[in-house]
Amino acid sequence: MANKVKIKIDGKEIITDEGKTIVEAARENGVFIPTLCNFAGALPKGCCRMCTIKINNRFMTACTTPAASGMEVENHTPEIEEFRKSIIELLFVSGNHFCPSCEKSGNCELQALAYRYQMMVPRFPYDFPMKSVDGTAPFIIKDQNRCILCKRCIKTIKDEQGRHYFAFKERGHKLEVILDEQMGKEMSRALARKAMENCPVGSIIYKEIGFAEPIGTRKYDKMPIGSEIDN
Amino acid sequence: MPKKITIEPVTRVEGHGKVTIQIDDAGQVRESRLHIVEFRGFERFVQGRPYWEAPVLVQRLCGICPVSHHLAAAKALDVIVGAGTGLGLTAVGEKMRRLMHYGQFFQSHVLHFFHLSSPDFLFGIDADPAIRNIIGVAMHHKDLAVQGVMMRKYGQEVIKYTAGKKIHGTGAIPGGINKNLSIEERDILLHGADPLNADKMVEWSVAALEFFKAFHKNNKTLVDTFAEFPSNHLSIVRAADGALDLYNGVLRAVDSEGNRILDDVDCQDYNKYIEEEVRSWSYMKFPYLKHLGKEKGWYRVGPLSRLNTCDFIPTPLAQKEFEEFKAYTNGKPNNMTLHYHWARLIETLHAAEEIRNLLKDPDLQNEDLVIKGEKTHKGVGVIEAPRGTLFHHYEINDNDQITLANLIVSTTNNNEPMNVAVNHTAKSFMNGQKEITEGMMNAVEVAIRAYDPCLSCATHALGKMPLQMTLVNSKNEILDQKTK
Repeated sequence: MANKVKIKIDGKEIITDEGKTIVEAARENGVFIPTLCNFAGALPKGCCRMCTIKINNRFMTACTTPAASGMEVENHTPEIEEFRKSIIELLFVSGNHFCPSCEKSGNCELQALAYRYQMMVPRFPYDFPMKSVDGTAPFIIKDQNRCILCKRCIKTIKDEQGRHYFAFKERGHKLEVILDEQMGKEMSRALARKAMENCPVGSIIYKEIGFAEPIGTRKYDKMPIGSEIDN
Repeated sequence: MPKKITIEPVTRVEGHGKVTIQIDDAGQVRESRLHIVEFRGFERFVQGRPYWEAPVLVQRLCGICPVSHHLAAAKALDVIVGAGTGLGLTAVGEKMRRLMHYGQFFQSHVLHFFHLSSPDFLFGIDADPAIRNIIGVAMHHKDLAVQGVMMRKYGQEVIKYTAGKKIHGTGAIPGGINKNLSIEERDILLHGADPLNADKMVEWSVAALEFFKAFHKNNKTLVDTFAEFPSNHLSIVRAADGALDLYNGVLRAVDSEGNRILDDVDCQDYNKYIEEEVRSWSYMKFPYLKHLGKEKGWYRVGPLSRLNTCDFIPTPLAQKEFEEFKAYTNGKPNNMTLHYHWARLIETLHAAEEIRNLLKDPDLQNEDLVIKGEKTHKGVGVIEAPRGTLFHHYEINDNDQITLANLIVSTTNNNEPMNVAVNHTAKSFMNGQKEITEGMMNAVEVAIRAYDPCLSCATHALGKMPLQMTLVNSKNEILDQKTK
């Protein structure tokens, strides 16, 4: 049986298993810490910084930091909320995220977080980058306009031999997540569907589903992101 | 001294436009033009997008009748996914779309009549602009204003329950619809608390028609002669029997005497029959029937044209009004511009009746929402939008991405007729006049307004619509300028 550790998040005392990350510990105890790149079953990397918290007055990523006894965690403070909001805004301006015509709207984690953090309009100038749309795979469309480079698809979509369907290409501002041309053609329907589900935004689209889910029944139509955890 | 008058922007229409009127040395109107000064580029930026996005993306052309674009695009994609041209859909798919469409027709026509045009009828074309507006209507004719607002609200509710929300919903998808109508939703629309129920909407539609007919009776010369000119008329009609059908049918056109000049042709072949001309002074194109050429092939669309091309209206109260409308011109096509309003109100009644009929149809509760067949690479969707015939044409590649989009929007079809109407009105009101009055400017706008143009849609633009008139001499020196 794992050893127990005791931490505090925004003054609330939490007891969790030693080795669990602060995101996991918080979630199990009804405290929402927003994440984008973090995904169940994949090794956390802390690359999106959405889960930024303060531990003993230092900024840390909650998805990569194991809970340790005596930690004083700041989560829902004005400073951190504003920081997270600015990350969301940066993600919006660095891609081409046009929610009105995106089929992931209502099921999109980025959009849901923008609503949660009350983003009205980004404070940063839009990049409007020229991005491509790859529809060559039979069941999937990879839309670079909406990709936030979270790596969830790279880490979780693999074949039986453990080969990755998705990979990074280029570097710096040209960095993109691409679908391997040959493997994309061989990808099963089930895996294609999983890839779409694992993508937090509308960058990986399972073909021809489109807007089959009516407004009012989509995931975040029913309740805002995090409300299933918050108590 | 020759003059050039500019009216910019044109008001109480949707979108931006301006009018220029050239007046020669003798004080006679030589030429007038309606310029559309917006540009948007939807046909280009939809290229490369997955085809199923088109109905949701392209409807953003407009906030007044997005349902028309939504459905026209969906109909084009029905063809692409092998579900035919609308007839191939399941009963619930077709009927839910029709309900959405009639809901939109109802709200759009009501918006135009009550909010945009009724001030001209209630206060007069040359009345003080300070009261000749919807606020004036609300202050001086409260019951009528409330009626207009509630009727529009009802139409929007119909759209909400069929498309998911009142503006820019997602209901129509390639091959069908994404929801049916629940019993609870049906009951709200059919038997909702007064006045928001189907019976009241039919009753108020009849009353609006009576209001216009009384105005007509007292202002016969104005209504019958204002910007009256012969023209061709085009619309879709029901394939089987030539009935008025706003959602699906074949293309029919008649000339000013009622002779068929386009005889019930398949909408998929629209580009065999219709060509678009570009002129340097406007972003809006000028469509015409190919076989008649640019000079003789232009045509009108919209409520007046639909009642000129169809053989009958398949709902009883509207049919009765249609018979009276047809009798007024002895069965011949009606070419009187202000009769657009009459025709529009007959269609409003038809839409209310259709909504009531559809709500009683149990097919709306069926579960088989979508049907698909063999995929093709090209699809055309043609629908009667409130302002007239609307064409959407898409082509896709093997990767399901759009490679071509061509939209001929209702108002675009009315480009030449609106120019003719402006010319006609300018000559009637301005020939020999030394000074531009506000009433003259509004008369030109009344002519444009009768067509209920959506200039934003037509140039595929967004924003409010201002009207400026400028007098310039033959050297283009400004002599007088007025802005509204």
